[in-house]
Amino acid sequence: MKRELLSKQDITRVLLRIAHEIAERNKGCEGLCLVGIQSGGVDLAKRLAAAIKNIEDTVVPVAALDISFYRDDLNIKKTHPVVKKTDMPFDITDKKIVLVDDVIYTGRSIRAALDALMDLGRPAAVQLAVLIDRGHRELPIRADYVGKNIPTSKTEQIKVLLQERGHDEDSVVIQRVE
Amino acid sequence: MRKHLIDIKSTSVEDIKLVLETASSFKDVLSRDIKKVPALRGKTAVNLFFEPSTRTKTSFELAEKRLSTDVINFAVPTSSVVKGETLYDTIKTIESYGVDFIIIRHQSSGVPHFITSFSQASVINAGDGINEHPTQALLDAFTLIEKKGTVEGLKIAVVGDIFHSRVARSNIFCLRKLGAEVRIVAPNTLVPKGIENEGVQIYNNLEDGISDVDAVMMLRIQNERQSGGFLSSKDEYFRFWGLTSKRLKNAKPDCIVMHPGPMNRGVEIDSEVADSAQSVIHAQVINGLAVRMAVLYLLSTA
Repeated sequence: MKRELLSKQDITRVLLRIAHEIAERNKGCEGLCLVGIQSGGVDLAKRLAAAIKNIEDTVVPVAALDISFYRDDLNIKKTHPVVKKTDMPFDITDKKIVLVDDVIYTGRSIRAALDALMDLGRPAAVQLAVLIDRGHRELPIRADYVGKNIPTSKTEQIKVLLQERGHDEDSVVIQRVE
Repeated sequence: MRKHLIDIKSTSVEDIKLVLETASSFKDVLSRDIKKVPALRGKTAVNLFFEPSTRTKTSFELAEKRLSTDVINFAVPTSSVVKGETLYDTIKTIESYGVDFIIIRHQSSGVPHFITSFSQASVINAGDGINEHPTQALLDAFTLIEKKGTVEGLKIAVVGDIFHSRVARSNIFCLRKLGAEVRIVAPNTLVPKGIENEGVQIYNNLEDGISDVDAVMMLRIQNERQSGGFLSSKDEYFRFWGLTSKRLKNAKPDCIVMHPGPMNRGVEIDSEVADSAQSVIHAQVINGLAVRMAVLYLLSTA
């Protein structure tokens, strides 16, 4: 049984708010970069960059980060890891990085992303933006920008469905996992 | 992926493509300042080379280290093997240390497969006798994709000592599975019986064999396996079968030249060709590292 948590309009509104918050907190876009975590985070990072362009009239560079080689669950997962590309077209050293992901859950993906980033350079600061925070953290990590906090059960699954991924319309849904 | 990589013959096209795609991401890692990832931290690999090797052994060792794997290099000449210890006992002893990967090269065909029958570790064949050398074929396919965009539809000539070459066998299986047109170019004495059943065309003339091809894959004349009088002399071999600039003109103008190494310059390949712009021999070495990282990474989750 699926239940919609965010509609297309909700997602647009939430991303616009986060874009405003990023610009405000960083006092503009000087030295700012958005780094999306593969796969969902990359699409959201691109949308945030477009929203920031409208607000600040500045192009913020966007990169894609694959964290497969930094995960701590290689022995636990039963399926082959699907390795995607890291596309980092700029030097992150001394930049203010906003890591972008669709859902924050245990925090382990973000831990892996931080390790991956540090191997690519030495950013001046790293902030975290997520569309959904569903709780159940296993590591001391929290997001700086949250679209929506949604308390969930561990038997539930959150899916962020975006048009960029071939879905008819954007939405965020929650469903119980058998 | 299955637990072991023993040969290309029984490896699926899907798994071959998975390795090649994953290797592409590892190639990116190798171009960074920090060329190491923690993916296989806590794992242990043993490199067990019963035959001499420079590039394959170095490549595996570096791949393991780039993945943060602990590495044991087993030196056969200074081991209990020279005291008469059986292969079974050697492997069981090594396994007692808790190794996750056994990378083995052996002069006898079938040894890696034999080890899978009693070992808990993932076994990777780094060359067994005249049977197969799967990671060499995978790195060759990766290099072809890098240079030509695809393997499908390419005309590729595999030239030289096909009979003794595990590289040739693995490449024939791999290239055919990926949709290439494969030509075997060799003197009759060095063409194994029944090879035509693998969907390859056989040429007994170098000029004709490399005519209009996209890639020439040269093979090493294996001096250590020539005791049966397969060749009259190296000079004569070079005169008829050595790849020279003049002969290479028969191939397509953008034809690439490959060689698994080590090269016998002036026997199977002329130095001018080996060092030319068409040669991708050094790219093969770098790609070997990325491909072996991908194989280790994927087998670790099998």
